[in-house]
Amino acid sequence: MKFHTIKKITFITSLLISTGLQSADALAATAPATLLNVSYDPTRELYQSENAAFTQYWHKQTGQSVVINQSHGGSGKQARAVIDGLEADVVTLALAYDIDAIADSGLLSQDWQKKLAFNSTPYTSTIVFVVRKGNPKQIRNWDDLAKQGVSVITPNPKTSGGARWNYLAAWGYKQKQTGSTEQAKNFIKSLYRNVPVLDTGARGSTLTFTQRGLGDVLIAWENEAHLILKEFGADKYEIVLPPVSILAEPPVAVVDKNVAKHGTRKLADAYLNFLYTPEAQEIIAKNYYRPRSAAALKKYAANFPNIKLFTINEVFGNWRSAQKTHFNDGGVFDQIYVP
Amino acid sequence: MASLTRKKRTILPGFGLSMGYTVFYLSAIVIVPLSMVFLNTLHMGVQPFINAVTSPRVLASYKLSFSAAFFAAIFDAFAGFLVSWVLVRYRFPGRKLLDSLVDLPFALPTAVAGICFATLYSPVGWLGQFADKWHIGIINTPTGIVIALIFIGFPFVVRTLQPVLEELEPEIEESAYCLGATRLQTFRKILLPHLFPALLTGATLAFARSIGEYGSVIFIAGNLPMKTEIAPLMIMSKLDQFDYAGASAVALVLLLLSFAMLLVLNGVQDWQQKANH
Amino acid sequence: MIDNRRKNSDPAAVQVLLTILVLLFYFSFIFLPLALVFSQAFQKGWEIYLEAVRDPFTIEAVKLTLLTAAIVVPLNAVFGVTAAWAITKFNFRGKSTLKTLLDLPFAVSPVIAGLIFVLLAGSRTPLGSWLGEQGIKIIFSTPGIVIATLFVTFPFVARELIPLMESQGCEEEEAAITLGARGWHVFWKITLPNIRWGLLYGMILCTARSIGEFGAVSVVSGHIRGQTNTIPLQVEILYSEYNFTASFAVASLLVFLSLIIVLIKGLIEKKFRKNSIQLQ
Repeated sequence: MKFHTIKKITFITSLLISTGLQSADALAATAPATLLNVSYDPTRELYQSENAAFTQYWHKQTGQSVVINQSHGGSGKQARAVIDGLEADVVTLALAYDIDAIADSGLLSQDWQKKLAFNSTPYTSTIVFVVRKGNPKQIRNWDDLAKQGVSVITPNPKTSGGARWNYLAAWGYKQKQTGSTEQAKNFIKSLYRNVPVLDTGARGSTLTFTQRGLGDVLIAWENEAHLILKEFGADKYEIVLPPVSILAEPPVAVVDKNVAKHGTRKLADAYLNFLYTPEAQEIIAKNYYRPRSAAALKKYAANFPNIKLFTINEVFGNWRSAQKTHFNDGGVFDQIYVP
Repeated sequence: MASLTRKKRTILPGFGLSMGYTVFYLSAIVIVPLSMVFLNTLHMGVQPFINAVTSPRVLASYKLSFSAAFFAAIFDAFAGFLVSWVLVRYRFPGRKLLDSLVDLPFALPTAVAGICFATLYSPVGWLGQFADKWHIGIINTPTGIVIALIFIGFPFVVRTLQPVLEELEPEIEESAYCLGATRLQTFRKILLPHLFPALLTGATLAFARSIGEYGSVIFIAGNLPMKTEIAPLMIMSKLDQFDYAGASAVALVLLLLSFAMLLVLNGVQDWQQKANH
Repeated sequence: MIDNRRKNSDPAAVQVLLTILVLLFYFSFIFLPLALVFSQAFQKGWEIYLEAVRDPFTIEAVKLTLLTAAIVVPLNAVFGVTAAWAITKFNFRGKSTLKTLLDLPFAVSPVIAGLIFVLLAGSRTPLGSWLGEQGIKIIFSTPGIVIATLFVTFPFVARELIPLMESQGCEEEEAAITLGARGWHVFWKITLPNIRWGLLYGMILCTARSIGEFGAVSVVSGHIRGQTNTIPLQVEILYSEYNFTASFAVASLLVFLSLIIVLIKGLIEKKFRKNSIQLQ
């Protein structure tokens, strides 16, 4: 009697759990060829267009229909999800350090960045300022951000990839100007003293600046700045380009182990290579990312005024050492807030 | 041992089955997963563990999470008391609706609540504009955190207090008045002692729930190191540095504190039961 | 008026004052956020609202959320009844600790609630890599979402039933057993009818919480559109796409769902009261 009821309970429990499992499987089975692109926050609109273009392109080339699934979130969080088992076929993240971390877990080879042209970054971007219409605080350059009475909005470098680019851009500007890390440190210190809120992601900061009306200036990706003008009104905000900024290179990579498991190697390679084609490069430019192709850059030159850009390797060596010195626990960023 | 004491008390069957299933399910869903936090800190060594959980930023975040949760729980105790009193004792149109809405914070996703409060209290929001005029900062200050936590914790107080208040017969108070006690005396000497255990239980539950709250707070907190950074955010930011052990260490400390809180609460409940008998 | 037994002795002035205070509290903490959700959701009119709600990704999110609740609530209900039976019908050592452990998920930060399942079954762990070899996906898939929700809503039914069954005592059941009734018979014919309304209320709270859970689910979801997004995650995604109207429209769906739940709860309480009067 007792045994019978235990069996019953176990049976019902396992039935319920397997229903859950099956429905997940069913979702995967009904789709044609699928690819999962795990990306960072601001690329939602870009990949929406790119995926549509690639689906057409692939159908024309092979006759196969393909569905590309998207996952977006903070770059570090996304990398962690992939490490912990989110089965991304390709990752398109905000910074090389996050893909390095995935490589460290063995999911892709350490030399991933050499596999595609231009350091595996099909597009670049840079860091600019968004101010309120008329630029009431007269913000023109990085130095203006550290002035007293200016309120600066930027996300938390601990949890946001974009925020790390913002920070490194400001630091690099000062270090290149003065040649002294000490002065750069002091500059960063007074800049972050002007920051009243550190949102966890770039999108959060944009909302703080636009929807909550906080801050005089928002430090943002160039593409995000244009999106703000489009979404929230060019009559309310304007973009200010600092004379010097950082060359941000958000890289892409195929996750070797996952494509081997899914049998999607060919598709994944084709997808990333597609990003370098003239068609894709034009979509990139239209979304205000700086394209690698000279033709697309020329065609949309009006969108991309010339500013002096330095690379991360120039000032910081590489991402790993920048991360270690500046953003890890006890790093320079933490020291800013030590009383 | 356990079964020996049981047999003296009751002839009901099913102890083995129900106890077995309870322990099995509890272990599978709660104990084993939670023990992972502990296991992940094992290999890190004592000193790194201590460093991870006592760095100034982490300490500041505990302090903030605890004090914000504390003030929110105090407010919830007062507001919850008031709400239950009015809902139980008074009759007015719309009372049923108010009663039903108490459970809303349980059902509303915390992120939605967070976005709502951040929007309401921002300098351009419906409420924030007045605060801004009087130069009171709410959003991105500890005050904002407390506001979000009040919302999260308030149903716990009402739902614990309400049944006790409903069982309390107004006749007791009336007889006190008849014996010449003043309103305040009756409240202090008769009502409060009777309701206090339930009030304390509710407030402790609200407190325990608030310490770890993330979704609703993160939008309104400001997240400035040493100032407005809550403890769960420290876990998140350690994870984003791929520091699983450090994150587990902070999580373990929070977990132990919540567990201690619940043990205290249980003591309170036992006391409550004794008080009722 | 409805309930004459509950005569109250507060002077009218005090009643008015306290009621106003309560209304003020509701106004700032409940009504304003609700008003904000609806005003944003319907900002651009009904058509845009319907369009947002009919979006295929939103429908997938609704399906996933309902599926999760449909698995979680029965499992936790069965557990809640079993645990309440063990705890209230018998005396044993460690009862108090067991009760505390049942409450624990209430006090665990949602962030930790998600993290533990990644630490347990993520692909870096022994269990996770073994599951991966068998081709079973837990984390970043529906089962992970279900398990995290199980954890978060774990105490609701048990917590509702324990005080109820404690106050009811064991006399009825013991009498039946003495008269020769079998265990399951006693449970179905005596215990269950006695606790059914409390059980239903616990299940309703459990449903509400499982539909609305954000933090823990967010950690184990993977955020794949149309696949592993629940309604709360869909709200967040739409919001960070600056699609505020759609975001609040989907959020308002949740509010509707919780209002429906709250209504059902009201009906149950009415029944409950009637029931207990009949008993008397």
